[in-house]
Amino acid sequence: MDNKTKKLYKNRMKSLEFHLLAVILGFIMLYPVLWMVSNSFKTTQEIFSQNSFSLIPEKLLLENYRRGWRYNGSTTFTTFFKNSFIYTGFATFGAVLTSSLIAFGFARIKFIGRNFWYTCMFLTLMIPFQVVMIPQFIIFYKLGWVNTFLPLIVPMFGGVPFFIFLMVQFIRQIPVDLDNSAKIDGCSKFMIYSRIIFPLIKPALITATIFSFYWRWDDFIGPLLFLNKPKLFTVSLALRMFADPQTSTDWSAIFAMGTLSLFPVIIIFLIFQKYIVQGLVTTGLK
Amino acid sequence: MSLITNGSTGINLEKSLSERKAIIRENLAGYAFIAPWLIGFFAFSIIPILTSLYFSFTSYDILGTPVLNGVNNFKNMLQDKLFWKSLAVTFNYAFVSVPLRLLFAFFVALLFNRNIRGIRFYQMIYYIPSIVGGSIAVAVMWRRLFMADGAINSVLNLLGMDVHISWIGKPDTALWTLIILATWQFGSSMLIFLAGLKQIPQFYYEAADIDGANSFRKFISITLPHLSPVIFFNLIMQIIAGFTVFTQAFVVSGGSGDPLNSTLVYALYLYQRAFKYYEMGYSSAMAWILVLIVGLFTAIIFKSSSAWVFYESKEGE
Repeated sequence: MDNKTKKLYKNRMKSLEFHLLAVILGFIMLYPVLWMVSNSFKTTQEIFSQNSFSLIPEKLLLENYRRGWRYNGSTTFTTFFKNSFIYTGFATFGAVLTSSLIAFGFARIKFIGRNFWYTCMFLTLMIPFQVVMIPQFIIFYKLGWVNTFLPLIVPMFGGVPFFIFLMVQFIRQIPVDLDNSAKIDGCSKFMIYSRIIFPLIKPALITATIFSFYWRWDDFIGPLLFLNKPKLFTVSLALRMFADPQTSTDWSAIFAMGTLSLFPVIIIFLIFQKYIVQGLVTTGLK
Repeated sequence: MSLITNGSTGINLEKSLSERKAIIRENLAGYAFIAPWLIGFFAFSIIPILTSLYFSFTSYDILGTPVLNGVNNFKNMLQDKLFWKSLAVTFNYAFVSVPLRLLFAFFVALLFNRNIRGIRFYQMIYYIPSIVGGSIAVAVMWRRLFMADGAINSVLNLLGMDVHISWIGKPDTALWTLIILATWQFGSSMLIFLAGLKQIPQFYYEAADIDGANSFRKFISITLPHLSPVIFFNLIMQIIAGFTVFTQAFVVSGGSGDPLNSTLVYALYLYQRAFKYYEMGYSSAMAWILVLIVGLFTAIIFKSSSAWVFYESKEGE
């Protein structure tokens, strides 16, 4: 009895220690983000002050948001957000949909050269983007696609190797008997894919969607290479131009827009976060 | 007799014909499903890769036509101080940031691999830097954080240290701000570690408990071997990411790689050569050196993997 209480007490302490450690570490982790959000309400003067570490602004200045949103006067963040949503939306749609189609092909159909192509796909994961960057730029330049969203969207419809891999792993865990019985019922390959496999790989689809959303939302080098007109800028490109060290920087306005730029990403994460771990766990990376 | 035989071979022939048809149909279906990838693979990978290889032996300013110049680009590289500088910066960055990031990710994953109330919440909190970490907003903020009058110094002053240096403005510390930024975004590696930890069957630990193994022993004999494929995967992905880092260095240094080129990572220098000076040939040659370096490291890790990566399926063999 006494031993039991002791053990219970010990466990309590252990979990208390754990929570203490986790909270402190967590605060340090989150501090930079919180600091940015807090700065978005501060005056530039306050940002540069002795107490610049403070997370509580003297008073909540919403003016920074209005000033930041206006950007340079002729183009506003309405345009940048719209651009980012268009680009991210189409690119993600293309990446996830075609990746699932391709994954079905690799996971469920026996064709000559399957292993060869699958290996090729793996190898592309290891090719630095810098190698294909220049020729891709030249191809898109010659096609007249520079200063359109096409160079950023069209390649996504070729599937994303990481997503294909994730989905192949997932599909392999679905019993083949399902396919076979569907086949007996007269289903074509495409129907097996669209009616049976596609709905069953939902966790993998969601995981891929989330990853794709934030890779594209944060993408910088793509827009930097292909978009030169402010009217076409994505949020990330606009923020970077906003913070150009060559000009005097309006930090509080930048932090305001920076904070807004994180919203879509964080909202998507909060809604779908349980799927991220689930998607990774059930697919397994072994 | 002969009639029956004929008949049966006839049936066999027919059967193999329909079988063959089925095989052909299967192949066509397979290629139809992977067609989007195949097209993309040729259009956006193979053709650009071959073109890039060709460019690396030319002098090309994008407006004119590429002019073959043999191995001149590679020869010039040997003389190019900035090339060597950027290589050194990148090696420093990769060799410090990759282990730091993985160790941190591993540590946090171990910390969070338990059934405690609120664990979901912690996982979420710790993952936030990684989902926002790639964004320009954070890179811009990072720059501000490490300036002479930034929050880092003001925290240090609060702790009684009288520090007024600009961390991003000094050559010895600027790269460290990028390394800290990379370490801070350990979340995706952490999630992969966590997924791996959750897949280790619990009965191994139970059996070890019965044998009286302590937690260190369990960690060495159960956790590490089971996690080795995940460590392997993370290591390869992070090495590639480390050697090709671009955006953070670009934004934190304002595109210049300053101060004194201390943050001029390889990919940034390559970008400058291509899109600031329009030396597409030289830049392509640099890209191929990068391929060689990344390939070499991946090959070393792959070769060594048989010694330390443990796959469950091999157990029975």
